[in-house]
Amino acid sequence: MRGYLLRRLVTLTITIAGIMVMTFFTSLVVPLDPLAALAGPQAPPETVERLRTLYGFDQPLYVQFGRYVARLARGDLGVSFQTSRPVLQDIVTYFPATLELATFAILVGIGVGIPLGVLSAVYKNRAIDHFCRILSLIGVSTPVFWLGLVLMLVFYFKLGWLPEPGRLDIMLLEPARVTGVLLIDSAIARDLEVFADALKHLVLPASVLGLVGVASISRITRSSMLEVLSQEYVKTARIKGLSEFPVIVRHALRNALVPTVTVVGLTYGLLLEGSVLTETIFSWPGLGRYMANAFLTLDLNTIVGGTMFVALTFCLVNLLVDLAYAFLNPKITYTES
Amino acid sequence: MSTAPAPTLDLTEARRRRAEARWRYLRDTYVLWRRNRLMLLGTAIILGLLLVAALAPLLATANPYEQILGDRLLPPSAKHFFGTDGLGRDIFSRVVYGARVTLTIALLVAAISTPLGMLIGIVAGYLGGAVDEIMMRLADVFLAFPRLILAIAFAAALGPGVENAILAIAIAQWPSYARLARAETLNVKNNDYIQAMRVLGAGKMRIMAGHIAPMCLSSIIVRMSLDMGTIILTAAGLGFLGLGAQPPMPEWGLMVADGRQFLVDQWWVSTLPGLAILVIVMGFNLLGDGIRDVLDPRQRQL
Repeated sequence: MRGYLLRRLVTLTITIAGIMVMTFFTSLVVPLDPLAALAGPQAPPETVERLRTLYGFDQPLYVQFGRYVARLARGDLGVSFQTSRPVLQDIVTYFPATLELATFAILVGIGVGIPLGVLSAVYKNRAIDHFCRILSLIGVSTPVFWLGLVLMLVFYFKLGWLPEPGRLDIMLLEPARVTGVLLIDSAIARDLEVFADALKHLVLPASVLGLVGVASISRITRSSMLEVLSQEYVKTARIKGLSEFPVIVRHALRNALVPTVTVVGLTYGLLLEGSVLTETIFSWPGLGRYMANAFLTLDLNTIVGGTMFVALTFCLVNLLVDLAYAFLNPKITYTES
Repeated sequence: MSTAPAPTLDLTEARRRRAEARWRYLRDTYVLWRRNRLMLLGTAIILGLLLVAALAPLLATANPYEQILGDRLLPPSAKHFFGTDGLGRDIFSRVVYGARVTLTIALLVAAISTPLGMLIGIVAGYLGGAVDEIMMRLADVFLAFPRLILAIAFAAALGPGVENAILAIAIAQWPSYARLARAETLNVKNNDYIQAMRVLGAGKMRIMAGHIAPMCLSSIIVRMSLDMGTIILTAAGLGFLGLGAQPPMPEWGLMVADGRQFLVDQWWVSTLPGLAILVIVMGFNLLGDGIRDVLDPRQRQL
């Protein structure tokens, strides 16, 4: 186990180094001169030259790369052009909103996906199974940005059941920022009104984002449930006279959940990063929308810094998922391969 | 060699048997395909897409680019099946022509990323050693990013436009094919028939191109057909964000974005092109699942 962890950490380090090299060179080949953008269109060539020396763009590439790595090591991701604040500070500002959204989305995915998967395994080839299959087919086939618009049209504009896009009603004040997660902050401030409003605002975007999770989670739960249900010990549990519910929930589901945990973890990692489209639709002030704006305005520092942050979190989540899998499944030991 | 007894199976007989086996395989595939109702539905949707793309000039009721400002935002009717958009263009005709755009994007991404992935995967797997290590670490770096983010980042870096979107998606896509091709290569590389080729003096290139690549092909095809839906969704997402196809191109994702401002009162502008994406992606997913079931030797049962 320790050897495995060590090996994973070594690969992770190599990957991170690779990410640094890649982001560095991508920022070089971008068909856009950051200096010209910085100096403005009317700047005389001498100003651009002076800026070039100032920012070290006249140095050889390896010196530039060395400085870049040193900068990153200090946690300095540069300054964002759109907000004129350090990129790292922006990430810290926007990430909690994304975290909140992704967490609710994965809760939707688990809450709907696991029961659906269990039901469709128990009633294989019956109506519920077909329904589940269709739902997961739709889940993987729907463009999220389109689904977001349609649900917003129906539940906000037409029926008026759910609030407008955004995180909070504009008439409400945000609670004092402790974690940046509105539900937690409003609970700390004991502000029930804000808490309820924030929760209402979460419903639509979390459902849209969660649908992807429902599809993959119900699929994996179904197939692993089918596998477990056909095993001897389940038969034994039935023979000894247990009624159906405890057999399914206590004996079968517990073992069937091991692969599900993996899928939940991987999906969560994807949701944390993959909410660019959902956040754009729902005007959700999270990392995804921040990144989308950076991409559109070619805000180079933000693109590079944000992408690095995203890749790092993604790698870490994947690593944690693998470790959790080993922890949950005693049959798996990561010894020498 | 010349004194060896005549083989019991002469060449024509061998050929005949091989042809027969091939024919049987095709017939079994056909039977499996017929039996899988969902796959039939997927095939029908994709054939429909191909047909619409091919016959776009005949099916379209209007010029997809022509703006008739007097006919802005008309609801769906007998004249405009899907209504008109904010610039008075016929949405139905734009959706019909959009089939061409979507199909082109999907095919080009596949045509770029699969050969690239196969080349890298096979070379890495067959040569092994440092080459393998470097190439797979490179693939790891690409896989470290969520695919959508990677595609968006490359699309932004290369500049908006449909060609760059295609390139960006292909760049995000190749590592998974490389991994797959490498795994298949490792599987077959020490087989007797490869050893035999080596003993006969075949060069590395010849072995890789002629004897390993065909073995990787079926799993690559399966993976690619499963990925087709995601590729189209990514392309539409890029179009929606303004990083893919640019106006006035009738790209479905872009059309959904265009209609956003009219969502409340003119729902059709946004929702109908989006529905087209949903149907086509569903078709590809059904077909992909079916192809996996039919081609996978472990699941192939008559």
